[in-house]
Amino acid sequence: MSKVKRYFKDNLGIIVALAVMIVFLYVFPRTHSTFLTQTNIFNVLRQSSTNLMLACGMTMVIILGGIDLSVGSIIAMSGVLGAAAVVWHGMPEIVGILIAIVSGVVFGLLNGFIIAKTEIPPFIVTLASMNVAKGIAYVYSGGKPIRCMTDPWKFLGAGYVGPVPTPVVTMLIVFVVSVLFLNRTRIGRHIYAVGGNNTAAKFSGISTAKVKFIVYSYSGLMAGLAGITIASRLYSGTCTSGDGAEMDAIAAVVVGGTSMSGGSGKLGGTLIGVLIIGILNNGLNLMGVNSDWQYIVKGLVILLAVYTDFLRSRKKAA
Amino acid sequence: MLEMKNICKSFPGVKALQHVDFQLKAGEIHALLGENGAGKSTLIKVLGGIYIAEEGEILIDGKPVKINNVNAARDNGISIIHQELVLVPHMTVAENIFLGREPMGKFGVDMRQMSNDAQKMLDRFGLGIQSTSLIADLSIAQQQMVEIVKAISFNCRILVMDEPTSSISDREVEQLFEIMRGLAAQGVGIVYISHKMSELDEVCDRVTVLRDGTYVGTRVVRETPRDELIALMVGRSLDQYYTRDHVKNTPVFFKAEHIDDGKKSHKRVNDVSFEVREGEIVGFAGLVGAGRSETMHCVFGLTRGSKGTVSMGGQTLTIKSPVDAMKYGISLVPENRKVEGLYHVQSVAFNSTIEVLHEFINALRVNDKREHEITQEFIDKMNTKTPSHEQAVTNLSGGNQQKVMIGRWLATKPKLLILDEPTRGVDVGAKAEIYEIMNELTKQGMSIIMISSELPEIINMADRVYVMSEGTITGCIDYENVSQEAIMKLATLETAGGANK
Repeated sequence: MSKVKRYFKDNLGIIVALAVMIVFLYVFPRTHSTFLTQTNIFNVLRQSSTNLMLACGMTMVIILGGIDLSVGSIIAMSGVLGAAAVVWHGMPEIVGILIAIVSGVVFGLLNGFIIAKTEIPPFIVTLASMNVAKGIAYVYSGGKPIRCMTDPWKFLGAGYVGPVPTPVVTMLIVFVVSVLFLNRTRIGRHIYAVGGNNTAAKFSGISTAKVKFIVYSYSGLMAGLAGITIASRLYSGTCTSGDGAEMDAIAAVVVGGTSMSGGSGKLGGTLIGVLIIGILNNGLNLMGVNSDWQYIVKGLVILLAVYTDFLRSRKKAA
Repeated sequence: MLEMKNICKSFPGVKALQHVDFQLKAGEIHALLGENGAGKSTLIKVLGGIYIAEEGEILIDGKPVKINNVNAARDNGISIIHQELVLVPHMTVAENIFLGREPMGKFGVDMRQMSNDAQKMLDRFGLGIQSTSLIADLSIAQQQMVEIVKAISFNCRILVMDEPTSSISDREVEQLFEIMRGLAAQGVGIVYISHKMSELDEVCDRVTVLRDGTYVGTRVVRETPRDELIALMVGRSLDQYYTRDHVKNTPVFFKAEHIDDGKKSHKRVNDVSFEVREGEIVGFAGLVGAGRSETMHCVFGLTRGSKGTVSMGGQTLTIKSPVDAMKYGISLVPENRKVEGLYHVQSVAFNSTIEVLHEFINALRVNDKREHEITQEFIDKMNTKTPSHEQAVTNLSGGNQQKVMIGRWLATKPKLLILDEPTRGVDVGAKAEIYEIMNELTKQGMSIIMISSELPEIINMADRVYVMSEGTITGCIDYENVSQEAIMKLATLETAGGANK
C-alpha cells in the first residue's frame, strides 16, 4: 500500500469530517461568498499556525505517554520577555525574539529534567510550571501589555513572505521538521518505544530519561516560537495571550487520532486535527455564531470526532 | 450439563473456530488443551458471551440457551476467571466480591453486613483470608481464591479458569486444586485451561483437545498417556521434544566474577561468579526470588551501582548500560515479555528492529526495504507466524510474541545470549521449536545462558546448571549428573548469612 493511500485510510474519519465542514461552509448561504476566498483561507491558516506549532510538540509528548500543560503560559511569558527586552531594554528585535524562544526552551528543559529524573507525573510537573510561567509573565509586565510596533517585530506574526503570511511559512517549516524528527530519526522511534512500554525501553538500552528530556524541551521550544509569533501579531507582549492554548493543542492532537495512553499517534493526523479546529473557529465566526456558543459547539465537535474514531478502532480490533 | 455443538466463529481472515464440540458434565473438571491460537480462548469467550458464534448452539441441561452478552452468561450460571485478574487493587476483599451489588443499609452501603457475608463465604473454603484486607496486600494466589469465591457467590454452576496456575507457587497450586476438587464435589462443572501437562493428571477428569480452531478429540485423562496428548495437540508425534547436542569442556569464553548488586537492603545478588564456555547452554536454576534474573540484570548493565568484573575472551568489559552490553555482543531477552519486552500497540516490524535502528535509519533517511529485510530474516529464523509485518504484536499468540522477542535480540548478533524463562506462557509446539533454535544457535558458536524455573527444561537442555539460592550460587552440576533432586537440594540450601536477611 502506498504511503498516500495508507495516510487516507488511517485518517479516513477525520478527513471526511474536514471535507464535510468545508463543503458545508461553501454551500451555506451566509458563508458561501467569503469562506473559500484567498483572504479567508490565509486567515484560517494564520489562526491555526500557532496551534499547529504547539500541537507538533504536544503530539510527541502525548505519544510519550505524558502531557504538557505549560505551553499556554509559556506563550504569555515568552511574549512578555521578548517585548520587554526590545521596548524596555532597547535590545535589537532579533535579540528579543531569541530571548522569547530561549525562555520557552528553558521551561521545556526544566519540565523535561524533572520528569526524566523523578517519578512525579508530567501532569503535575507541567501544571506547576504552567503557574510559574504565568506568574513570571504577570510579574514582569505588571499586568499590562508591552507595546512594540516596529516592522521587524511585526514580521513574524503579521508580516508576509510574498503573498503568504509569515506564520503560515513558519508553521510549514515547523511541521516538516517535526515530521522528519519523529519519523526519520532513531530518537523518533525511541519516543514511540518509551511511550509504548517504558520498562521494555530500558531493557532495550534506550535512555528513557534522555528521550523525555528531549521531547519536553522540544515542546517548550514550540511554545516559545508560538509565543513570539502571537506577540508579534498582537504588536505586544501580553500576559493574557495563550490562555487555554494548551487545551486547543491537546484537542487537535486527540482529534488527530493520537492515543492519550501513549505509544501511538501520527503528526499527519494532528495536522488534520488542527485544521478541523481552525476551520471550526473560522466557520462559526463567519456564520455569526455568538462566541459564548462557540465553546459549546467546539466541545461537542471534539467529542464527536474522537467518538467516531473510537468506533472505528473498535471495529478494527474485533 | 453443558453442551456446545458445532460452534463456528470467524474473524476477518481467520476461521477461529470450525465446528467445535464441547461437553461438560456436572461435577467434572474438564481440561481444555491446545497450543496458543488453537481456539481455546475464543471458545471460552463464546461461552462467556464476549463473542457471538456464527453457527452452532449452546445447551444447558439439554435446553438451548442464547448467550449474547456477559450478563446472559452470568444468568446461566457461567463464570469465567481470566488469566489477568480483574479485581480492584485498592478496595477490600468484601468490596470486590460485592462489587456492583453492594447490600444497602439506611445510610448507603452497609459495610458491616458486606464484610460479614464475605467472611462467611471465605471461611467456607477455609482460606484464612480476611474480608477486610485490601486486594493489593494479597498474594496472586489469594487474589485468585477471591475471584473464585466471587464467581461462586453468583451461584455459578459452570466455572471456567484460564491458566490459573501460571503465576503462583507449587504450594498455592495444591491449595487451588483442593478448592477445585471441593467445588466439583458440590456439582460445579469446571473448565480448566492450562499449558502444564503435569497438572492434568493431578486434577482433571477429562480433556478436550483443540488444534487450529478444530475439535480433535476428548479423552479420559487417567487412561491417556502424555505423549498421546501432546501428539494430539501439535498434530505430529514428538520423537524428540528436547533437541540438544551437549557439549563438554570447550574453552571458557565468558567470565563473570564477584557480581554484586551493591544494594544495602533487599539484596538479591551477593558475590556471584560463573563462567560460560563456547557453544554451551548454561542453565540457571533456583526458586523464584533466588536472584537469577537480578544477577543477569547486573551483567547486562541494568542495575545501577552493581559491582563485579565481567570478561569475554580474556578481555575485561566495562558495561554501564544495556547499550554497552550489546556492543560487546551480550543480549538479554527478559523474563516477562508483557512488562519488560513488548511494545504492544506497535507492529511486528517495530518490535523486531528497535535494537538495530542504526542499520537502516541514518541522517533522516529511513531505508524501509532494509527494515523489512531484517524483520523477515528473523521471522524466518524463528518461524514466527504473523499475517504481516504491520500486525500489532499484541494480536499474536504468546508463542509468536516470544519468538518476536528472541528474534529482536538475535538481530543484535550476540555472542552471548541470555534467555530469561524463554518458554514461559508458550505452548508445547512453539517450545519444541525454541529448543531446536537454541541448539542450532549454539552449533553456530553462540553461547546461551538460560534462566528457567521449569526443571525438565533445565535438565534436558543445559550443559551445565548453576543453582542459586538467596542471592548466591550454591552449586554447579554438569549434564551427566543433573537430576531434579540434585537441583532442588541446592536450591533450598540455607546459605550462611543469606542475602535476603
